[in-house]
Amino acid sequence: MNTRKLIVLSAAGALVVGCASMAPAPDYDALVAQMMNGSFRDEGIAKVDRLQQDEANAACSKAQGANLPDSVANPIQQAALKSVRMPADGVFLGDWREGEKLAQNGRGMTWTDKSAASSANGGNCYNCHQITKAEISFGTIGPSLYNYGKLRGVTDPQSAAAKPIVEYTWTKLWNAKAYNACSGMPRFGHAGLLDETQLKHLMALILDPKSPVNQ
Amino acid sequence: MRHTLIIAAATLLAGHALAQQKSAADGIAEYRAMLADGNPAELFEAKGEELWKKKRGPKNASLEQCNLGKGPGVVKGAFVELPRYFADTAKVQDLESRLLTCMEQLQGFDAAAIAKTPFGKGEQVSLEGLVAWISAESRGLKFNLPQAHADERKTYELGKRAFYFRGGPYDFSCASCHGQPDKRIRLQDLPDLTRNPGNGIGVAAWPAYRVSSGELWSMQRRLTDCYRQQRFPYPGFASDVTIALGVYMGVNAKGAESIAPALKR
Repeated sequence: MNTRKLIVLSAAGALVVGCASMAPAPDYDALVAQMMNGSFRDEGIAKVDRLQQDEANAACSKAQGANLPDSVANPIQQAALKSVRMPADGVFLGDWREGEKLAQNGRGMTWTDKSAASSANGGNCYNCHQITKAEISFGTIGPSLYNYGKLRGVTDPQSAAAKPIVEYTWTKLWNAKAYNACSGMPRFGHAGLLDETQLKHLMALILDPKSPVNQ
Repeated sequence: MRHTLIIAAATLLAGHALAQQKSAADGIAEYRAMLADGNPAELFEAKGEELWKKKRGPKNASLEQCNLGKGPGVVKGAFVELPRYFADTAKVQDLESRLLTCMEQLQGFDAAAIAKTPFGKGEQVSLEGLVAWISAESRGLKFNLPQAHADERKTYELGKRAFYFRGGPYDFSCASCHGQPDKRIRLQDLPDLTRNPGNGIGVAAWPAYRVSSGELWSMQRRLTDCYRQQRFPYPGFASDVTIALGVYMGVNAKGAESIAPALKR
């Protein structure tokens, strides 16, 4: 088919569509932006700039719960992986007791919180995960982390054998989108929600063989 | 009254610790049954009915000619069909935003000023009573939001997109908590609001009396607190996003029986 015929056909098609439906299909992307920008205001530490989406949040919002095609998901995951900063001193585990306190603490980053500093934030872990056996008030949005280290055969977190799972876990905590573009888990390191020391304590909670998680 | 409720709540929580197998939902159902004849929301309902009939505001008029969608003054059955499109304002409105229109047009109140008033203060207190009574007049009826008008369908589509809109420091959307069946935050069961979550669950339970704060919360106030926990900025009262979410959740809940105003922890 030559180009001229194509143009004529397209024009005819557009005419038919135009007659069949009186109004053109709404431009939902523009309407959503207008709705979101017009509906919110700053309150305390929660400013309207929180509505600005990065590439990952924009793509996952649009997918409305469906899986992203690999062609979209892979670049997001690769960028997330690159964003991860391993601990400066090479030590991955802190104190599991401090980790348990952080896991219990569901505070942080709402407009009723005074400070957006990581020191003011909890890990919110029990909201979504089972962790120790003793805590029966746990959420189920994320998978159970009970026996996390034990199930993965971590007997000495410092060992070369444990290195892959230790680094995987750090990466997951730092930026969960490295392995799943639309992961429901906050990007604790990447978004500055928790600092390196706090992340080490959470690492210890689930990886230290002495932690109640691994008994 | 409040004191008794707190003791009742504490007793139930203690019961929980003893019988771990019992789900949070079972406990709440039992709690509701215990208080079936004494939901403090009734006090708000009585106040709301009085406010509806009382001459108030700069125009010294009642709300008895307010059209909630089923004609001027028709209250029964109106709640389970809201939000809907209103020709006079050329807007899709929920119960709260429609009440603001009526309070402005009939009584001469400043709707924008009421929308800016913090919850629990000034005319927002009047709204608490009004939503309690108006929703109670639809108790036992099934949700059946109209979708005949193009704007109602457009608002549903916008609500769906708002529901899945991820943002803020935690990357949360409404769907983070309410997009799948059978999930919990801690012990709190989460309704799946992408479908009909069942009779008296989700939208079919709000407005509600909240025992923990001793307040009557409208759906607007419930949504505001959702956004707080979502770590978002503050949604305006009766803002477009709240209306759109009301349409999305309300249409999804088609056929669910309303128990509003319900009793919540």
